[in-house]
Amino acid sequence: MSADSLRPAHLVANDRRLEALLLQREFEEFNAAYAAALDEGRLTDWADMFTDDAFYVVISRENADRNLPVGLIYCENKGMILDRANAMKTEMFAPRYLRHIIGNLQVLGEEPNGEMRARANYVVVQVLLDRPQATLHQVGVYYDKFRRVGDRLKLAERRCVYDNLLVDNALCLPV
Amino acid sequence: MTSQIANCGRDYVWPDNDLRVIPDWVYTDQAIYEREIERIFHGPTWNYVGLEAEVPNPGDFIRSNVGPTPVVVARAADGSINVFENRCMHRASEFCRELSGNAREFICPYHQWTYDLKGSLIGIPFRRGVGGKGGMPADFKMQDNGLRRLAVTVHRGVVFASYSNEMEPFADYLGPEVLREFEATFDGRKLKILGHYRHSLPGNWKLYHENLKDPYHATLLHTFLVTFGLLVVGNRSLMLADKSGRHGVMASAKSDARALSGDSKKEMRAYKEGMTLNETRFMDFVEEFDSPWSVTMATIWPNLIVQREMNTLGVRQIVPTGPHEFIMKWTMFGFEGDDEEMTRHRLRQGNLMGPAGFLGLEDNEAIKFVQDGMQRVPNGRHLVKLDPNTPAGTADTLISESAIRAMYAHWREAMAL
Repeated sequence: MSADSLRPAHLVANDRRLEALLLQREFEEFNAAYAAALDEGRLTDWADMFTDDAFYVVISRENADRNLPVGLIYCENKGMILDRANAMKTEMFAPRYLRHIIGNLQVLGEEPNGEMRARANYVVVQVLLDRPQATLHQVGVYYDKFRRVGDRLKLAERRCVYDNLLVDNALCLPV
Repeated sequence: MTSQIANCGRDYVWPDNDLRVIPDWVYTDQAIYEREIERIFHGPTWNYVGLEAEVPNPGDFIRSNVGPTPVVVARAADGSINVFENRCMHRASEFCRELSGNAREFICPYHQWTYDLKGSLIGIPFRRGVGGKGGMPADFKMQDNGLRRLAVTVHRGVVFASYSNEMEPFADYLGPEVLREFEATFDGRKLKILGHYRHSLPGNWKLYHENLKDPYHATLLHTFLVTFGLLVVGNRSLMLADKSGRHGVMASAKSDARALSGDSKKEMRAYKEGMTLNETRFMDFVEEFDSPWSVTMATIWPNLIVQREMNTLGVRQIVPTGPHEFIMKWTMFGFEGDDEEMTRHRLRQGNLMGPAGFLGLEDNEAIKFVQDGMQRVPNGRHLVKLDPNTPAGTADTLISESAIRAMYAHWREAMAL
């Protein structure tokens, strides 16, 4: 006999809703920390939010819709994510402010291996110091798989699928 | 003010007739831009419009451009590839709105004028009017009102179009040396499309050619290559220009940074002993081409770059949209017969290129900086003086701008300036 069967049905239902809310809240907090790491240029912290075997890609909707694999950024493991983080410290690009805004998060369910699937909309707003206004640099969707590693939540997969057809000149920092 | 005179189109004199100094109006002037569209992109040139592998089956089409002009590339039922303007003969509507697809015919959504896959006009609703009233004039001839068709040539699966009907064969257009490099990349294997990049670039379109005819920048701007010892000044290299000066190939062979002399290291401030990648497979070069070069960047006049950066392969199409901006469409490919690991290798190495690539993003930024610099100072001019022993043409040193000078010798002739 499980513990649930001893509790009144409405309390069991409440427990499940609370659990779902907590998970949703946990993912949202994760995404807020993820956005802050990128906005503040803490790329090593950003890289550390992925599992060792993580897959990370920034891919146009044009490619994704046609099952074409080419990504603006294409990383098959954390080593490549770290290489990207390290390379960006020596890359030449104009100074800029970035603001990653993540919303509309939905928890989509659990995989057989225990990973949790989620999706969220994102926008990246960019301000170049030599152009006065903020521009919408990217708008898209994160398709995610989260995994618990020890007591930490990490991304085992983040596919960033952006809608904008043209990249405005260059995507200098990750999404 | 003389700058106003220049901007009114009355003074386009190349300073001292000297190719080592380029006047800014070449890059910033609207009248010059419009003349380029007319005399270069719509003139006697072969313009890249797509890859055959993008339209493998009858009815397959893609949207493309010749210069800024929208065209459709379509494969007809007889297997032929056809290129025509994406502009209805009736009211000029840009009728094809999908990036790619498959169609039996093209129907303009405004009044349903209908064209076949070769661009011939095959249907006009109410052509004879209704009840004897209205309709098109009796002498209107369908066969004289097809879409504006361009001449087409396909070489090794790469499709080119021209507004000129008197173009030389593509092989003659490239010349033997550039053709050899073109055919080293397109070696006869069937292409497999891996995806696209598209980006805008706030600079003049010619700066993109120049960046790839300027091997000087490679070790100075792209510190990534140098930091990790991937490209060094001592590498065997060549900056090829064809006889006409319009095409070029920047080529280099991968070598070992450990062989680098102390003096060269000092010049390249970014070089860091011992910096290594976590993912070392990223920079592997799998030999697959009949060529002494591990990297070639071919600039095919006026709108194509062929990238063979070790094993990451792609074509880049320049679409000018004004003197100060152009769009780049990249199509990355591998070959049929690549196994999954080879495809993934190409994708991993793709991190070098494109608008987020370790090299690609820096090129885009640098080109923007140049255009910004030219717009802020009236009557500016700037220097391409490196390597005086080669006035214009092929250079055997990276520290040269002779291929840029060769391009401008051709440009001035084409523009009659």
